[in-house]
Parts: sequence; structure tokens; C-alpha cells
Amino acid sequence: MLKINQIHKSYKIGDSSLHVLKGIDLSVEEGEMVAIMGSSGSGKSTLLNIIGMLDEADEGEYILDGLAIKDLTEKKAAVYRNKFLGFIFQSFNLINYKNALENVALPLYYQGLKRKERLEKASFHLEKVGLSAWGHHLPKELSGGQKQRVAIARALAANPKLLLADEPTGALDTKTSHEIMAFIQHLNDEGKTILMVTHEEDIANMCKRIVRLRDGVIIEDAKVNQVRAEQYV
Amino acid sequence: MFDIDLWREIFQSINKNRTRSLMSGFTVAFAILLFAILFGIANGLKNTFKEAFGTDANNSIVIRSGKTTKAYKGNQVGKRIQFKNEDRDFILDKYGDKVQYFTSKVNKNVNASFRGEKNSYSVVGVYPEYQFIENNEIKDGRYINQLDIENRTKVVVIGRVVEEELFYKVNPIGKYINLGGIPYKIVGVFTDDEGDSEESVIYMPISTTQFIYGNNDFVDMMHLTYDPELNADQALTFGNAITRSLKEKFDVARNDQRAIRIFNMAEGAKKVDLMTTSLTVIILVIGFGTLIAGVVGISNIMIFVVKERTKEIGIRKALGATPRSIISIILIESIIITTISGYIGLLIGVGVLELIGPSLEVYFIKNPGVSNSLVFGATLTLIIAGGIAGYVPAKKASEIKPIVALRND
Repeated sequence: MLKINQIHKSYKIGDSSLHVLKGIDLSVEEGEMVAIMGSSGSGKSTLLNIIGMLDEADEGEYILDGLAIKDLTEKKAAVYRNKFLGFIFQSFNLINYKNALENVALPLYYQGLKRKERLEKASFHLEKVGLSAWGHHLPKELSGGQKQRVAIARALAANPKLLLADEPTGALDTKTSHEIMAFIQHLNDEGKTILMVTHEEDIANMCKRIVRLRDGVIIEDAKVNQVRAEQYV
Repeated sequence: MFDIDLWREIFQSINKNRTRSLMSGFTVAFAILLFAILFGIANGLKNTFKEAFGTDANNSIVIRSGKTTKAYKGNQVGKRIQFKNEDRDFILDKYGDKVQYFTSKVNKNVNASFRGEKNSYSVVGVYPEYQFIENNEIKDGRYINQLDIENRTKVVVIGRVVEEELFYKVNPIGKYINLGGIPYKIVGVFTDDEGDSEESVIYMPISTTQFIYGNNDFVDMMHLTYDPELNADQALTFGNAITRSLKEKFDVARNDQRAIRIFNMAEGAKKVDLMTTSLTVIILVIGFGTLIAGVVGISNIMIFVVKERTKEIGIRKALGATPRSIISIILIESIIITTISGYIGLLIGVGVLELIGPSLEVYFIKNPGVSNSLVFGATLTLIIAGGIAGYVPAKKASEIKPIVALRND
């Protein structure tokens, strides 16, 4: 599904350069649910950004679903992101002047779907996250958990191969976090491959595999017994 | 380019950010408003100038004769110079290539009457070309023609005022008007947009006038228009050349200012031209200044908009927006705001001109207004201006890196 080989990335800070990723090897199979853990500065977000094609590695190989991701032009990256990836962010990143339904429909707009089709698909996904009644509400009228569910519906709308979540529960209280995690686990049960960055141990334990990063290298990569989130809800 | 969804996106963005859109629109509307008013007033000033000079061909030269004031070649002071028919040929032979229309004139004052209505008018004997020099419009019938000149026909063309004063509810064409006891057939009625005095004149073939009032070939003055291709300086030189030739022909001293007098419209035209040209330049400079200020204004606002929307653009990019679609959104939004608000500014400006126009006449501003072509040109300029104003911000927006935009801070 996803394979990266010897990924290196450094950032220039003034005259010196900061070596953030120092040769990462990672391979993720279809249907996996992987947590990438590490303290801040460990490089976990950089790794996620490279996988999400929001950033490009200096060195190394990245193969997604059999397709080598390299020499990305802005346009090509945009098309790949739209086709292969769904993003879930800590701060939801909904467009504040668009209602829930329109937010969910946005990736479909960039896929070139007709408006009617877009809205149909979007309301289907919104129903899936249990918010069909909230379709015409603006983000500011929704609670944090609802916003994240809209964001998840949006990430799913384009039917991506890989779901990338950057601290998806970072801005939520424990109860809502568990609700969201339960939901993400459901998606995984249905076969979606999920990659998430987190620094919370209990959230990581709700995944099936934990990859720990420190100072730009993987120090541990182990399968874990998944803790089901439903039990806390 | 025409993608209904793109437009929906843009209108949603404009609509949901009304304050911002209104603010940027206001800048442009105000710039265009000023531009329109300024331009209108300048046009009004020009109209005043133009009217002052009327539609008389402004490339005309009038030549009159008088008495000599200097003794020259054995002639004493006070000799009367009299132009004759042959002087027309003299000038045309020498300067024909530079002359557009030429007429000699004989002026008389007569008492005219028709069926008991009487008045006194000036009668001018002219050649057919005079119609074009005076820019007279024929309202009814015809003007004097070459046949009239050759046959010394007793026909006249009367001005509109003459018609109104003498021919109450009667069509004058074909009627006979009595001029100092002699009946003349009226063949035409003319109008002149320079006012009543120019329309209380009766024109007659010059040969007829000469035959009836003296049976000679005397000419009171000569009136010509020069080739309109000549610029003001060339026209002045041309006028001076004619004066010199005539002075030689009539043995008049070079420095005699009275014997042969020439009035060259080029002198005035030169000043007016200079005035209107500099006025136009000033208006254009100020107008474009305001326009540029408007463009810079909207460009600034759009840069701010892009900054404000950085996160949104980042999100869109993460969801698969190509740089091109981002450019389109920002660019078209800019163009729409500029065009619509600019047009509103233009309409208000034109409205204001319509409203205050009449009260400005005392300030030498007549019929201030903007032409259709200017409105069209301004609209086009607005679209281009919107494009320019939007391009830099749009380019900036398209270069936003989603990871930068999506940082949690």
C-alpha cells in the first residue's frame, strides 16, 4: 500500500540546517491503522506531511499504491492528494464561510464532479458521520466533535486510499476524543488504511500498530492490541 | 474559463465576505467616480471652447482691403485698394494646391419685403463654395450653384430667421422676395448653428450682386479655407504668403498694416488647440493617476485578502486544488469587484454630471459628459485593471504551501 525507503529531510534555519528525518523506512499494508508517535521535534509531523505530499523529501523513495511519488509539480501533487489522500487535522480546517455540506463537497469539486452529484455524495458521507441534520450549518455553529466529524466526512468524500490524521483528537476533550476514535476505528474496520500522528499514548493504543520516532529515526515499530474506543463512549 | 462552479465559488466568497468586498469595491468605485466627473468637466470646458469658435470652418482666412497708410512706389498715402474678380484667380493660380474652398464676397444692406412684411437684411454675393466655409445646412430647396453664377440669375438663399420674419405660414421656396425694389426668386432656406445673426442673411450669386449693384467686378472681401492637413504653423505661413503676394500685386508697402488685412483663424485655432491639448493631457494624467490609485488600492486589498485566506487556500490545496484554480478564484474575484464597483462609480459619475451639468454653465462648463466610447473604454480598462490588480496577489496565493498554511498556530 505504502512504502518509503530511506527518507531524509532537513530544513534550513538561518545558516545551519536541521536534519529532521534521518533515513526513515516504513511500509504500511492495506487496512492497517498506524499511529506515529514521538515528542515534538521528533519529525513525526514532517513524515506525515511527506506522506501527504504537502512536503517533499530531500532524499529517498516513496511509493503509494504502486505509484512512485517523485518530481511532484504543484499540479501533480494536487491531483494525487485529491485522488489518493484524505486529511484530518487537529484544528479541523473547515472553510468557515461554507456550510457543512459544502465543506464535505469541496474535494469532489476539485475532482470535477457535477454539483448535483457532489451534493448527493456529500450528504451521503455526512449521513455516515451522523450529521445529515447539520448539513446547512456553518462550522461556527457546530461543536468541536461535530466539526471533526464533518472534517472526516470531507476526508472520506473523495474515497481516498489512505486517510492521514494529524492529531485528530488534539483539540477535543476526552469524551469527544473517544467518540472520534471510535468512528475512525469503524472506518478502519471497513477496510480504510489509516495513518495518524499523535502524542497521546491512549490514542495511539487505539491503533493496531505504533511507530515511535525520536530525533528523526524510528526507534520502535510494533503491532499492539487495539483498544476499542466504544467502551469509553 | 466559463465554469459555473467556479463562479459559484467566487460569488460565495464575495458574498460571505461582504465588508471586505465592499471596501475594495468602494476604492475602485470612488476612483472611477472621480475619473468620470473629471473627464466630464474637461469635456464641458472643451465644449465651451468649441462653441466659442462655432462650426465655421476653423481653417478659414478672410482677406479685406482698405486705404494705404504708407506711400510706396509713387503712390500716395490714402490710396484705396479695391479687390476684383481677377484676384480670386490670382490667388488660386498661385496657391490653389493649398486652398480648400474659396469665395469672393460682395456685401450690401437691403430692405427686403414679402407681401407687406418688411425688414432690413444684409445681402452677400458669394460663390457656391461659401456654403462649406460657413457650414450652412440647407433646410429647404438648394444653395446657389455654378449655373446661377454663370447666368447671373436673380435667385437668393435666405436664412432661417429671414424665413421666420417674412414668411409667416408660407413656404418661401419658389416665392419672390423684393430686395430694394427688385424681385428675386427664393431657391433655398439655410440654417447655421451659430445663432440668429448668422441666419438673418440673404445669399445671392456674386455675379448677380455685382451686375445689379454697380455693374462692375468689384469684390469687398475674399474668404477661403486652407487645406485642413496644414498645421497651425504652416497655415500661418500660408496666410503671410498670400498677404505678401497681394501687397506686391497692389503696390502696397510691406509694412502697411491697413491696405490689405488678413484674418487667419489659425492664430486662434493654434491657441485653442494648445489649450485643449494641454487640458486633455492634464485630465489624462490626473485620470490615470486616480485609476492607478484605484488599481493599487484593490491590489493592496487583494494581497490582504490572500493573507487572510492563506489558511483557506492551504485547505483547498490539501483537498486537491491546483495552483491554476487558486489563481482563477483570486483573479476573477478581483476582476468582478473592480468591474462591478467601477461601473457603479461610472454610473454615479455620469449621474452627477447630468444632475449638476446645467448649473455649471456659468463656469464655462457646457454639456459636461462622457462619451459612450469612453464608457466602453473605461469598462475595458477596469477589467484589465482588475486583472492586473489581482494577478500579483493571485500568484502569491497559488504559491502558498499548504503545510505553512495549515500549521496549527
